[in-house]
Order: sequence, then C-alpha cells, then structure tokens
Amino acid sequence: MTTTVYIPRDATALSLGADAVAQAIAAEARQRNLDIKIVRNGSRGMFWLEPLVEVSTASGRQAYGPVKAADVPGLFAAGFLDGAAHPLHLGATEEIPYLKSQERLTFVRVGVIDPVSLDDYLAHGGYAGLRRALTLEPAQIVQEVTDSGLRGRGGAAFPTGIKWKTVLDQPPQQKYVTCNADEGDSGTFADRMLMEGDPFMLIEGMTIAGIAVGATRGYIYLRAEYPHAHRALNEAIAAAYQAGYLGPDVLGSGKRFDLEVRLGAGAYICGEETSMLESLEGRRGEVRVRPPLPAIKGLFGQPTIVNNVISLASVPVILEKGAQFYRDYGMGKSRGTIPLQLAGNIKRGGVVERAFGLTLRELLYDYGGGSASGRPLRAVQVGGPLGAYIPESQFDTPLDYEALAGIGALLGHGGVVAFDDTVDMARMARYAMEFCAIESCGKCTPCRIGSTRGVELMDRVIANIDRERNLQLVEELCETMLHGSLCGLGGMTPYPVQSALKHFPEDFRKTVQ
Amino acid sequence: MREAVDLAIAQHKDQPGPLLQVLHAVQAQLGYVPPAAVPVIADALNLSRAEVHGVVTFYHFFRQSPPGRHIVQICQAEACRAMHCETLTEHARKRLSIDFHQTTADGAFTLEPVYCLGNCACSPAMMVDGDLYGRVTPEDFDAMVAAKSAKQ
Ligand SMILES: Cc1cc2nc3c(=O)[nH]c(=O)nc-3n(C[C@H](O)[C@H](O)[C@H](O)COP(=O)(O)O)c2cc1C
Ligand code: SF4
Ligand code: FES
Repeated sequence: MTTTVYIPRDATALSLGADAVAQAIAAEARQRNLDIKIVRNGSRGMFWLEPLVEVSTASGRQAYGPVKAADVPGLFAAGFLDGAAHPLHLGATEEIPYLKSQERLTFVRVGVIDPVSLDDYLAHGGYAGLRRALTLEPAQIVQEVTDSGLRGRGGAAFPTGIKWKTVLDQPPQQKYVTCNADEGDSGTFADRMLMEGDPFMLIEGMTIAGIAVGATRGYIYLRAEYPHAHRALNEAIAAAYQAGYLGPDVLGSGKRFDLEVRLGAGAYICGEETSMLESLEGRRGEVRVRPPLPAIKGLFGQPTIVNNVISLASVPVILEKGAQFYRDYGMGKSRGTIPLQLAGNIKRGGVVERAFGLTLRELLYDYGGGSASGRPLRAVQVGGPLGAYIPESQFDTPLDYEALAGIGALLGHGGVVAFDDTVDMARMARYAMEFCAIESCGKCTPCRIGSTRGVELMDRVIANIDRERNLQLVEELCETMLHGSLCGLGGMTPYPVQSALKHFPEDFRKTVQ
Repeated sequence: MREAVDLAIAQHKDQPGPLLQVLHAVQAQLGYVPPAAVPVIADALNLSRAEVHGVVTFYHFFRQSPPGRHIVQICQAEACRAMHCETLTEHARKRLSIDFHQTTADGAFTLEPVYCLGNCACSPAMMVDGDLYGRVTPEDFDAMVAAKSAKQ
C-alpha cells in the first residue's frame, strides 16, 4: 500500500530545509523498499514547526516537525509512516490548537492539497464557486459580492462589490481584471502562501470577477521577490487552460477568460494600484492622479478591476456558500475572515485566519506565544511599513478596520510585526523615512525631498544635535507629508514616525554613547 | 549580448506593454541590462531611449552592470530588523569586504539590500541566487559563502 507523505514546497519551508528533508525521505524509503508518494503541499502556516512533514494514516494526517534531514532515518525507524510516536510527533495536524481554533475560509485548502493538481483542487470543493457564478447574471454575481460585505484586503478596505459594480456599469468594451500580488509590506506573506499553496483559488476568483464584469483578460502583477509563487502560479494556470477552466470557452459557457502573470521589478510603490497599472503597461511606476478611477479608466485606459490576492481568493467561497455565510463572520463593518500574519520577534510566527475581532493581545500571546527572544514585547507594527507602532497598553484593541482606525492605526493587509524591548524606536522612525526615500516614485516633493530630509533630521535627533528643535522639525515635516502627498507612501510614512514619537518618546531622548 | 536582446524582443514584442518583460528576459539571460541594449530595445519597441533608460533606472531589480556569480540579497525591512538583520548585514559586509551594490574583487558575490522576501516569520531572511534562507545567523552566512565558493 502506498503511503502519502506531505512535505511543503512553500518558500518559508524551503528556506528552512524542506527540499533536503524531501530528498532524505525519498532516499530512505527507497533504501527500505517502502512504497511512498511524496506530495509537495503548501504550508499550514505554523512556521516554527517547518519543515512540517505530514503522513496520511488510518487516523488522519499526522504531523511531525520541525524535521531536519538528519531526523529522517530516526523517523522511519520509529515507524512514522504509520503515525507512530517520536519526539517530533505533533499528533493529528488538524488538532494542533494553533490550527484548530482558526476559521479558515480562504486558507481552507492551503497546506492540505497539492497546490498544482487540478484534480486535488476539484476533490476539495474547488470551482464550485465558478460553477454557481455561471448560472447567475453578471449583476447577481456582483450583488452577491457586495452583500458579503467583503472589503479589499490589500490595505484600503474599499468594498469589493462596489468596485466591481463600477466596472460592470461601464459600456461593453475591453475590460480587465488585475490582481495586485505585489505584497510589499514587511510582515506580510498571506498572498505568497495562498499563491504557493492554493493558486487555483486565486485563478477561480479572478475568473468569477471577469465573468461578473465582462472582462476577458486578467493579469496577476507579481513581485519579483516571489520566484516560488511564480512557478506555482504558472503551473496552475497551464493546468487550468488544459482543462478548459481558462481560455476562449470557460467550462463550456461560451465566455472567454485569459490569464497571465506579469512580474514586477522590486519597487514597493508598484503596489499602489495606479502605479501598478503603469508598471503593467511597461512604464515607470509613477502614481497616477485620480480621477479617473481605475474602474473607469484603468489598464491601457480601459475599465479595470484592481484587487488584492486575498480579496480575489475570498470570492469563490462567497459564490459557493452565499453572501450570508460569509458575512456571518466578523464584527461591525468588518465582515468575513482575515488571514493575520504574525512576524518579526515572535515565538510562533505564521498565518492565523480568523473572523475580524480577535484582539492584538490574543494574537500575540495565545497564538504567537510572546517574543522569540523570550524578552517582553514592547511594540508591534500593524499593517506594514506605513502602519502605526502600537504600545503594549493598546494590545487589547480588536483587529478590525474601525477599531484600529480609532487608535490612529490601521490593519492594512493584516501583517503584525512584533518587537521586543531591545528595539530602538528612534531608529525605527528613521528607517520609516529612509524606506520612503528609497521607494518614493518621485512625483511629489513632500515625499521625494521630505523623506530624505526626514532621515537627516532623525540622524541629528539620534546624535543629540539640537535635539528638541529637530524633533519639532520632524513633527512639522510629518504634517507636510500627511497633507501634501499624492499617495499613501508619502502620506502615511508619518504614521510609524508619529506613533513612535507619541508612544515611545524616551527612545528619542537617549544619551549618546 | 545582441543575440540575447534580440531574442528577448522577439519573444515579447507583440504583447501589450512589453518593456518590463523584455528587460526581465534580458536580465535573466545576461544578469544585467547592458547600456548598449537600451537603444536596441528602444528602436524595436518604438520608444525613446530616454523612456527605456527611465524604466531601467526606476526599478531596483534591474542592474546596469554585470553582477558577481552569486547574488546575495539581505532583507532590511521591519520584521527582519526586529530580529537584528543589521548585525547580519554588518557581518556580511565584513565577510565579503564589500558594501551594498558592490561585487567582490574575485567576481564571486554581489551584495544587495532587499525590502521583504515574505519570510518575515523566520527573520532575518536572505535570498541567494533565488533560493530563500530563514533565521540566518552569521555562521549560516559563512556556511553559505563556503558552499558557494566550493562549488565553482
Ligand atoms: C504605497 C502603497 C503600496 C501598496 N501596496 C499594495 C500591495 O502590495 N498589495 C495590495 O494588494 N495593495 C497594495 N496597496 C493598495 C492598493 O493601492 C489598492 O488599494 C489595492 O490593491 C486594491 O485592492 P483591494 O481593494 O482588493 O484591497 C498599496 C497602496 C499604497 C498607497
Ligand atoms: S507620495 Fe511619494 S510615492 Fe506617492 S505619488 Fe507622491 S512621490 Fe510618488
Ligand atoms: S521583512 Fe524581511 S522577509 Fe519580510
């Protein structure tokens, strides 16, 4: 009898040696004349346990981790193919509390299936959303997405259905669906995991979007830093074409949808949607002045949907199970689930998909287990490099869009970066300005010049040169950037800086060694 | 050089908005985008040289001079800072005796900063020739350098 062994192909798992483990397992099985089938799945998102090896047994999938290649002979000797005891045995995968307590709608298949096997996707409920969508009128599909309460997961949290309606309402012409897979925010990797672990779900979501608004062509704008996701997407797209899920006649509906991946080139600003469109057109990623909205004049001047990976990957389940099912999750105006990402100085980093409303403290301690270093957590940055730093006193804030806005912070793409008490917040404030200077598209002065000036001012503050005066100038500069920038890069870089100044003033007044 | 550029143009020219694709294809072949390729690409795509040059210089990913045999990118973004990537970076600079955007005298290694590799739960992170590394210690860095140096 063949035993199936799962070893992730997820980039993080690979970074911790998953390929060496896979080779060792294959070699050991050959030597022992054992019949195994290795599936390279996505990651379950419990990164302190990676490489996490799973074995399919009579009592379900059993997990072992973190496995090193050197552990492999011992695992075989202990009988791990039958789910036997071993110091690395973690029990049934689904029973691991970190995973068991999650509400996985978008990540339901990530880590479970072979990401590039269409058969596996179909066997696990894949393409049920598209099948239902094909029985509906375009306006009904859009209505379903609107009713679900889904808001954009890329950062701005704009209602997805309303965006789609604008594109649908444009007269028939060439329209596009573009997926923003630039995922530039530090502390975020949900898009990457989804694309590596269940690429068909994104493809299905984009296909539904295309059929909903009458767009026949889609592009995934993928950052160049994600070669593993690139390979998984291309494999899945080829399989979808082969089986008629993409192409001139999607599932025999007579509707066309073509899809391809386009690579970015290492520019953070190209995650801003109009900059992304410029880049897709082959130009410098300079931010466009709005209006017109991309939904009216987007890619090549045509009506275009721009949505984040997770937004689009949330669509299949909404269509499959209905708007009400989805909106029953969540709180207030934040409906559904969000894959939160725990990163930085954290003991148990990974992805936690839950309905909106979990508190930061629950996430950091119940899931994260506190800092990786064992020292007290002092600050977290939520929502990427443009998000505010949050002190311990505010850890009881629920993670929903409005609650975070209420404390001057933002949820963004759901990344949470933890810092222990060795962090120097003046240096983090300086870095925020430096990052803005490096990544500015150059279109407006407060961002282009201001950020460089911000770095200089922070250098003086840190060196204790005319400190109070320079801190005053930093505050004034932040106000100028907030109000005088065309887009969020210049306009939100003040958030981390001002929040650091507000909550950690002592770090800006240290004696110089 | 000319061959690689012509091939890249032929492959992508007929797609809408092909410039980035062409530049990617050129860099994949040659490791960089030679300045001499700019007028050729401009001609073929009906763009001005300034436009092509402007795109090459806008994107951090495109290089204008040949890199070393191995490209080492160390993440500098927040999650990696929370795990002290500055210490790793300092170590790398000393070990290779170069700064960011430089190549070792023997042409073996080019050192580059990168801003998030999506490996933020296993920081500090680095990428070497497209392979990702996590929780990188200075010792891991030295082991990587030794392994790459032994291979050539
Ligand atoms: C500087 C900047 C960077 C951004 N980066 C990303 C990104 O990497 N991925 C993303 O989906 N959205 C990003 N956004 C948000 C996009 O502009 C846009 O709101 C989003 O792609 C829309 O999709 P959604 O409604 O599904 O979230 C960024 C915005 C700004 C201002
Ligand atoms: S704020 Fe910065 S990145 Fe945004 S448009 Fe202005 S210069 Fe470009
Ligand atoms: S911040 Fe370094 S990998 Fe994301």
